[in-house]
Order: sequence, then C-alpha cells, then structure tokens
Amino acid sequence: MATMARNRSRILWSAVGWLVVFVFFFPVLWMWLEGLKTEPQAASSPPTIFFVPTLTEFQTVLSGDFPPFFINSAIASIGSTLLVVVLGLPAAYALAIRPVPKSRDVLFFFISTRFLPFAASLVPLYLLARDLQLLDNIFALILIYTTINLPLGVWLLRSFLLEIPHDLFEAARVDGAGFFNELYRVVIPLITPGIAATCLICLIFSWNEFFYAVNFTSSVAATAPIFLVSFISGRGLFYAKLAAAATLASLPVLMAGWIAQKQLIRGLTMGAVK
Amino acid sequence: MPETAASVARREAWGRRLPLLPALIYVFVMTQIPFVLTIYYSFFNWNLLKPGSFHFTGLDNYGTLLTDESIRTAVWNTVVLTVCVIAISVVLGVAVAMLLNSDVIGKGLLRTLMIAPFLIMPTAAALVWKDTLLNPLFGLLPYLLTPFGLERVDWVNRFPMATVVAVEVWRWTPFMMLIILAGLQSQNPEVLEAAQVDGANSVQTFRRITLPLVRPFIELGALLGSLFVVQTYDSIYMLTYGGPGEDTTNIPFLLYLVAFQGFSIGQASAIGVVAVVLTIIIATFALRTLFSIFQVEARR
Repeated sequence: MATMARNRSRILWSAVGWLVVFVFFFPVLWMWLEGLKTEPQAASSPPTIFFVPTLTEFQTVLSGDFPPFFINSAIASIGSTLLVVVLGLPAAYALAIRPVPKSRDVLFFFISTRFLPFAASLVPLYLLARDLQLLDNIFALILIYTTINLPLGVWLLRSFLLEIPHDLFEAARVDGAGFFNELYRVVIPLITPGIAATCLICLIFSWNEFFYAVNFTSSVAATAPIFLVSFISGRGLFYAKLAAAATLASLPVLMAGWIAQKQLIRGLTMGAVK
Repeated sequence: MPETAASVARREAWGRRLPLLPALIYVFVMTQIPFVLTIYYSFFNWNLLKPGSFHFTGLDNYGTLLTDESIRTAVWNTVVLTVCVIAISVVLGVAVAMLLNSDVIGKGLLRTLMIAPFLIMPTAAALVWKDTLLNPLFGLLPYLLTPFGLERVDWVNRFPMATVVAVEVWRWTPFMMLIILAGLQSQNPEVLEAAQVDGANSVQTFRRITLPLVRPFIELGALLGSLFVVQTYDSIYMLTYGGPGEDTTNIPFLLYLVAFQGFSIGQASAIGVVAVVLTIIIATFALRTLFSIFQVEARR
C-alpha cells in the first residue's frame, strides 16, 4: 500500500514538473517551430499548429546578410575570451597559489568592476572609441567584452586553482621551475576543465551582449543581436524568418550552456556555488 | 655582498605581484579612468550635436536630474522592474528547484530544458515573445486566451511594464532555480528523514529545515540577479523601446536616450554617476553575501 501511494505521488509530482518545465521551455520550442514554417503559416490567424516543417527560412537567413553578423559575434566572443584567459590566468595564480599581500582587496576590486553599471564608463569609452576611429570596429567590442568578463574570469580561475593540492607546486618549485614553466607544466594541465568552463561562461556573456554592440557598431562590426534589431519595426510579415534568425543567433550559447551545465552554476556565481 | 635579505624579499614580492599586474592594469584603465572622466564630464554642458558647446556648468546637470520628471520616472521604473522580477523569479525558482530536487521522472532532461530561457539571447527571446507569442493578430497567446474572453489583447502596448516583467521573470527563474537547486542538493537527506520520523509535516520541514539551509543561496541569487536586472536594456529596447511614453524607460534606457539619441554628454555623465551610487548601495550587500558564502565553503 505504502509503495503504491508513493508511486502515485511520484507520478503526480512528475506530471506537475513536466507541465511547469513545458511552460518555461515553450517559447524556445515555439521559436524553433516558427522557424520551420513558411511565412504564410507563421503569420496565420489562428496560429498554425500542424504543418510540414521546412528549412526554407533557415536557408534564406543563411544565404542572406546574416553570416557577417554571426562571424562578427564569433570574433568578438572568441577574441575577448582568449584575452580573458591570457590576462586572467596569471592574475588568478597570483591570487591563489602564491597570494600577493591584500589579495582579498584585489579580488574585491575585480568583482566590483563587474557590477559597475555600464553608465559609469560609457560616455568616455564612446568618445575614446570615436577619437581612435574604433567605432564600428570589432576590436573595440573585443576590448570591452574583455573588460566585462575579466573579473569573472579571474574569480573563476582562482576558484579552480584553489582546488589543486599545494604539494604539486612545492614539487615543481623544488625542481626549479620558473613562473612560466610552472604555469605551463603544472597549472594549465591541471585546470584544463576549469579553463574550459571559464571560456564557456565568457562566451555566453559576450555572445549575448547587446548594449555596447548596438551603440558602438553600425554595419561593419555589427554582431548577431544587431541583425535581429532589423526585425523590430515589424514591417511586413517576416515571422518565420525572424524565428529562424533568432534560433540561429541563440544556438551557440544554448549549446555551450547545455554542454557546460555542471559548470554553469559555478560560473554564474563566480565560483561561490559549486 | 650587498644582496641583503631585504632586497631578496623585495624581489620575491615583485615576483608574486608581476603576474597580477597585466589584468589589474587592464581593468583599471578600462573602468576606473573612464569613471573619473564621467565624473569630470558631468560638470560640463556638452552636446556633441552642437559644436563648441563644451563649457563648465558646475552642478547644473545634477540640478536638472533632481527637477527632471524623466529621471524620477526612470528610477521608479528601475525599482519596480527589479523588485518584481527578483521577487517573482525567486519564488518560482524555489518552487521549480524543489520539484526538480524531488524524485520526478526525467529530472536531468527537465533541468536541461529548464535552463534554456536563461541561455537564449535576450534580444532573440524578446522578439519571439513580442512578435510570435504576444502579437495581437497572429500571436499564440491571444489565440489561446480567446475562450476566456480576452481575444486580441495587445499585451505589449496595454500592459508594457507587466510584459517586460513577465519576459524577464521567464529569463531569471532558471537562474534562481540553478542556484537554489545547488543549495538543496547540499542538504543532507538523513536530516529530512529524521524530521519525518519525528512527525514533522512537509510545511514544517520546509520552514524549519529546508528554508534556513537554502536561505544563503536565495540571498545570493537575489543579489546577483538584481545586479543584472538593474541593467536590463535588451528586452526593453526590443519589446517596448521604453514606451509607451516613458512607461518602461529604466535608468539604462534613459541613459541610452540621453547619450545616443540626444548626444548630451554632460547630462548622460551625471546619470552615470547617479547610477553608480545606486549600484554601490546594492553591490555592498551582494559582495558581503558572496564573501560569507565563501567563508562557509572554506570552513568545510
């Protein structure tokens, strides 16, 4: 009797769980479905529920003017992520393995800049970019995204470095390994998963970034979210194309996030929650 | 040899500091120097569209902020948006986390699907909501609500703030769920069983055992979340463009309007300074929580 009651409650709660998650996931599913429709199907009233999926709109988007935006997003995200690791890993080392004096204050400083509103530095950065001819230049976005992600990168990498047993460094030091040698031979092999997780989090934030992208670029260096802005006016009925573009623009981060699910929580809380 | 212990120690200290410097200098140059310039510009009247308009005006820009209706509206909208989004998504986050922490069928898959709203590009999500789900003519939601006598409601224009809140709640609930779920998973199941053996009902175990345990995680999620939600810009730009009127113009959107539509550099800088002061107030609490959680971790 008891097991039957337990089974029944399990099935009941499972149904509730599936229903709740379905509601949350539905807009994503609907985006995919709309992208697989033809334009008349996507702009029909009542909405088309049953239809034969077609990849036409995905082809339209991919063969149209979308790819340059996508490539810009990739350059900005990958470029800034590499910079974060190059600058962040030595810094994390100096804050975890052989801590500098007042390392807590330094950590505090780093993270406080992550949460400084963009209002704090927007105007001077804009003027500087304008004077250096860096407006609508992907290089400006790379530098800005590095600024946004570097504090996060330092904190995350530090949290991974703290997990390395201290003896390993002692051994390397006895062998007379210098800083770069130690970094290359001991640190990097041991925290490869940590570096990968850090990269994924940085990619997520820079890929989805919109504020600087929309205000610092116009055409040449515009990223994927800027492509989506062109649909905003709602002129004409391009809902299927819109959904296909939205799906493609969201795809890299969705995949990265799903692959790195276990690391996601750690990254979002700067290593505080494992 | 003059190589004294002191100079060796100094060299040692620099050897430790050196790896830190590139990152530290980079962040300093990209955030602190611009911020000082922002403060400087905030004392000037300067419009990029009017050549030669650069002149010192003292506190005029701040005076304008105090008397201007739009900044008050923007601060109010920012507070409403942030408080509503965080409060609702924390409550929903706790509920979903508890569901996914119990032994429901297909837990892993549910968790995977649940985090999707947080990962979808906010600009893309806002478009999909506005044009395919909420569109009064072709959207799915107005159609589904027809039997309830709500046919063809133009949600985005009639309830702009509620729409923005709803889309942001949809996006931030998974974030809260992830953090709270991590808290629930650190709970020792034996304690719960012991409580049940002692005759505690589920409401009691939730209030007396589960809630105190996940409280720091809820606080962390709420504080981190509010630091992000305060900066909401993408979905407002895509859903309502701050309107109708100024109904959904928050501080970041106002800053955008002043800086990039009005090109009023001095005024935008003053808004920037005010935004920083407001953020420091929230951030102080957030960092304290973050550090206390770190200490708990360290003590384990």
